[in-house]
Amino acid sequence: MSFNVISGSIEQGLVFAIMALGVYFSSRVLNFPDLTVDGSFPLGAAVTAALITQGWAPWMATLMALGAGLLAGASTGLLNTKLRISGMLAGILTMTGLYSVNLRVMGRSNLPLLRQPTILTRLADYIGSDLRVALIAFIVISLAVKLFLDWFLHTELGLAVRATGDNPQMIRSQGVDTDAVKVLGLSMANAMVALSGSLVAQHQGFADVGMGIGTIVTGLASVIIGEVLFRPRTVFWATTSVLFGSVVYRIAVFLALRMGFAPTDLKIVTAALVILALSAPVLQESLALPFVQGIRSLAGKREAVSTSVKDGRPL
Amino acid sequence: MLRMVGLYKTFNLGINSVCALKNINLHVKPQDFITIIGSNGAGKSTLLSVAAGVYPPDEGAIYIDGTDVTRLPEHLRASFVGRVFQDPLQGTAASMTIEENLAMAECRSKGRTLGIGVTRKKRERYRELLSLLGLGLEERLSDPVGLLSGGQRQSLTLLMASLGQPKLLLLDEHTASLDPRTAEQVLELTQTIVRKHGLTVLMVTHNLSHALTMGNRTIMLDKGEIILDICEPERGELTVDDLLGRFAQARGERLLDDRLLLAAR
Ligand SMILES: Nc1ncnc2c1ncn2[C@@H]1O[C@H](COP(=O)(O)OP(=O)(O)OP(=O)(O)O)[C@@H](O)[C@H]1O
Ligand SMILES: [Mg+2]
Repeated sequence: MSFNVISGSIEQGLVFAIMALGVYFSSRVLNFPDLTVDGSFPLGAAVTAALITQGWAPWMATLMALGAGLLAGASTGLLNTKLRISGMLAGILTMTGLYSVNLRVMGRSNLPLLRQPTILTRLADYIGSDLRVALIAFIVISLAVKLFLDWFLHTELGLAVRATGDNPQMIRSQGVDTDAVKVLGLSMANAMVALSGSLVAQHQGFADVGMGIGTIVTGLASVIIGEVLFRPRTVFWATTSVLFGSVVYRIAVFLALRMGFAPTDLKIVTAALVILALSAPVLQESLALPFVQGIRSLAGKREAVSTSVKDGRPL
Repeated sequence: MLRMVGLYKTFNLGINSVCALKNINLHVKPQDFITIIGSNGAGKSTLLSVAAGVYPPDEGAIYIDGTDVTRLPEHLRASFVGRVFQDPLQGTAASMTIEENLAMAECRSKGRTLGIGVTRKKRERYRELLSLLGLGLEERLSDPVGLLSGGQRQSLTLLMASLGQPKLLLLDEHTASLDPRTAEQVLELTQTIVRKHGLTVLMVTHNLSHALTMGNRTIMLDKGEIILDICEPERGELTVDDLLGRFAQARGERLLDDRLLLAAR
């Protein structure tokens, strides 16, 4: 494989890693199954594409995408905390509503950015060469988002956000309004997702209303791959492993295409991957338990194998 | 300090309604250490939860230092209330480290900013605080709390609850799930911390001799009502058997449950 091929996968991996960091934030830190993502990702793309074609400066258009994602996350958070709609459904409702919003924002289902300035073309102009501009830009931006998240989750407020996902009763008794924290966290997570969508649109040269389908599954796949490969035990390593997980996922996708899968098959391959990873503890239990027990009893050890199931977290 | 006036609380209004608190009137003076006894379902936990603001009472009012806090939600009351639960898992965040848990508790009274949660200065202070427990936790500041034993977690929770000198410390059978030796240690720690900071305490216990020896005042709840309220010095003359007698007398019947009897032995 040439470096060009690999660098393409790395570019993709890093730009989608920003989305995966958002998914990590909601699913792992807040412990919230947030399906808003499939709507907030194309929202970021739509807002950016619409504003750029209307002559806005690309960096402003990117910033607005971030703000739009913030609102999308807040919507899910408020539906869940104020109206007491289940987290999963709150996300689906926002996501469904966003489909119409995205079409409105773009005015049609596909908005090309050909010959329009993007932050990537601006950067290329600035450094006077477009060699690996995307790679450099995405390394810098994804690292910046990761480091921001690392910092935030270690602030006093960030500790409260993490505890809200871990033990809400406990952190309420320590004076935290867990409803407000959820809204804040979901807003931040979806801002990251929308930022990723915005950059992807600028990279590929168009925004499409259908580009969000399966985003959440892709994000989860990246998070899970990172966890399996690195078994992170701290926030810093967890976010690091999300970046790597996302890149590894893109390389895997590239290899799958090489092996002859059609691009349209990728969603089911990804879904299968996530199913496999999420069900690993259960599968281990039901398939390997008799075997493991046999060995254990031979060895005279009878530790509960079933503890592994508790470690497997939903979403 | 804490005044509860005419509190009522009923769960599941309607068919299966349970009257958990019935006309509770309680005046807690500063530095009072009140032990609360009563059989299962008597309403002890409900009383503490209403004091902490987990849910509001149906009727009545709660004042802390003269301010009406009846409708103040739990998170706004937390700045002056410290709490330890019966279940050691409830009081700490398992995936977070010992120092992070302490930092969260310290923010209870002063609020939260975007400053770094665990600074080097704080870490030194936490190390000192933890060494008072004598459990070796001061060497494990960056271990996740999930790795600790129940007794260690409960001691940590107690330390967290006492940070920032809360006006009110609520202990809900906080030694019930510990083995007898660890329970004694945690109770001793409780006494030390309460004395050191001069805290006002409500402590639920099923151990009648602890109820009589700890603190300065004992109340007994039954079916949501306070049926006995006795202070020092009269309390000093009371024995566990007297307590059982008073219980039977107050109810006019013998419906002591096994747990209460067992705990008395
Ligand atoms: N959240 C709730 N919903 C419905 N009923 C409740 C709730 N909390 C308590 N109850 C009921 O209120 C009554 C008092 O419960 P409470 O937990 O205060 O008892 P307790 O004195 O703490 O008992 P224990 O010694 O078993 O802890 C019980 O009948 C209980 O079933
Ligand atoms: Mg109770």
